Amino acid sequence: MDTPNSVASIELQQLRLDDARALLSQDLALALPSREHAPLAYLQGVIDSLCELSLKDPLTGLANRRYFRSAIDRTIDMVARSGDPALLLMLDIDHFKKVNDTYGHQAGDRVLQAVAKALTKCVRPMDTVARYGGEEFVAILPNCHAYFGEAVAERIRLTIQDMPVEVAPGTVIRITISIGGAYAPEWVRSTAALWTDRADVQLYRAKAEGRNRVCLDNQQEIFVSAEEKNMLFGHLALGDPAWIESVSGDPTGSGAGDASQRVN
Amino acid sequence: MSDVLNSPEPAADLAALPLKPLGKVVAVTSGKGGVGKTFVSANMAAALAKRGLRVLVLDADLGLANLDVVLNLYPKVTLHDVFTGKAKLEDAIVKAPGGFSVLLAGSGMVEYSRLTPEVRKDFLNIIGSLIPHYDIVILDTGAGISDVVLFAVSLASEVIVVATPEPTSLTDAYATIKVLAGQQKRQTIRMVINQTARLGDGRAITVQLQQVLDRFVVSEPGKSVRLVHMGDIPADPSVRQAIMRRQLLMQSQPGCPASLAVSQIAVKIQETLMPR
Repeated sequence: MDTPNSVASIELQQLRLDDARALLSQDLALALPSREHAPLAYLQGVIDSLCELSLKDPLTGLANRRYFRSAIDRTIDMVARSGDPALLLMLDIDHFKKVNDTYGHQAGDRVLQAVAKALTKCVRPMDTVARYGGEEFVAILPNCHAYFGEAVAERIRLTIQDMPVEVAPGTVIRITISIGGAYAPEWVRSTAALWTDRADVQLYRAKAEGRNRVCLDNQQEIFVSAEEKNMLFGHLALGDPAWIESVSGDPTGSGAGDASQRVN
Repeated sequence: MSDVLNSPEPAADLAALPLKPLGKVVAVTSGKGGVGKTFVSANMAAALAKRGLRVLVLDADLGLANLDVVLNLYPKVTLHDVFTGKAKLEDAIVKAPGGFSVLLAGSGMVEYSRLTPEVRKDFLNIIGSLIPHYDIVILDTGAGISDVVLFAVSLASEVIVVATPEPTSLTDAYATIKVLAGQQKRQTIRMVINQTARLGDGRAITVQLQQVLDRFVVSEPGKSVRLVHMGDIPADPSVRQAIMRRQLLMQSQPGCPASLAVSQIAVKIQETLMPR
């Protein structure tokens, strides 16, 4: 019977997996399950590895543009839903062409790899760093408030500026990077195109203003001052226990609040 | 008309507000997501339907609303198909379990959240053609202050802001009200406080919000924004049950405290829109 479960009936021998295997053996140091003993697991392993491979930039090991596309859409959904702001950074190595022209393309590759490594070190594990193309990188920082975003972008700029790159044995050069960034403002629904456009504009500004600098789009935020908040929760600040109980307490103990919060 | 629609300024939406004939349109919004907007929209619609009114709930969050989830409805035809010309408007309207009608946006509508003049115009036309068939049209908008939300709210003669007593929800509700008062020159905003623990909490919150507005939101003399407290919805375990079972609270537990509260709010809305 031909059910979805009868995959075992697929003759693995008939599938042309050699190219896939060759690709994987080049790039991933992973052990696939035995082809003879666990054909299904083997096939799954091949597919999973190919998927992984298709989302990676081979030179730097960062996520590639394809992965970035899905990550940015996910982040936009999250921002729209949670209201937590997210920051998109676009980063471009300054005068990269000069590196290539002066020291050769291998040197250029070394620079790209060094920058990729530095970027990964400068962000949180939850952030996404991807190679956007050429000497351009992107970083998505979910749940990122204004003060934090600026600090991270500046940290990246300084790290790269102070980082010696050995482009050939005995040849060490210094590079700089320009960074443009835009927030997906809290709540405001954006599209990937709109958001990257806005970050890109800032990157151009950073380049135009002399490179090796950070330019961030001002967060389009509705400002509620501390004074206003103070007055809103004046009674809270005073520690009115009845109020705090009414806000935090769940009189039924059932967590009804949590559930209705999920679906609004 | 097209000039008004083509202007990119937010103020242009106001100019488009002479859609005063959209008198039967109520927008339900909130500062923060997850405070019960869709819950309020759907159950209020059911309560109004029970009172014999023809009610339409429109997913004005353009595809991110959870109306389909709350009502357990997965129609084949949505507003998206109407926008793309694949279906007629009539075919996208479905009957919800509570005896009211629903127009779901469909997930593809997210791409229309880039509010171009064309999208605005289409949206206006659609709402305009629906209005004659209903007594009340409820717009279940998104959370926050996006241009989509502001646009949807600008179409409505009445706005309900849903908030919970939590500080984050109150701050966000306050920010929304500030924008509606400032940008849209709204003079009346109706408050529903959800998940209150004690009787009177909701009114106290509305009063508090009003005081902060009076102090900080400068407007023309005699034209300050006025909050009208429509009611509290008490924290009620039945709500969680209904949501988990994907049932309409008004249907599954019409006698529970939250249902009774929603019914009272519905009466007030009816009286507001159709004064006797």
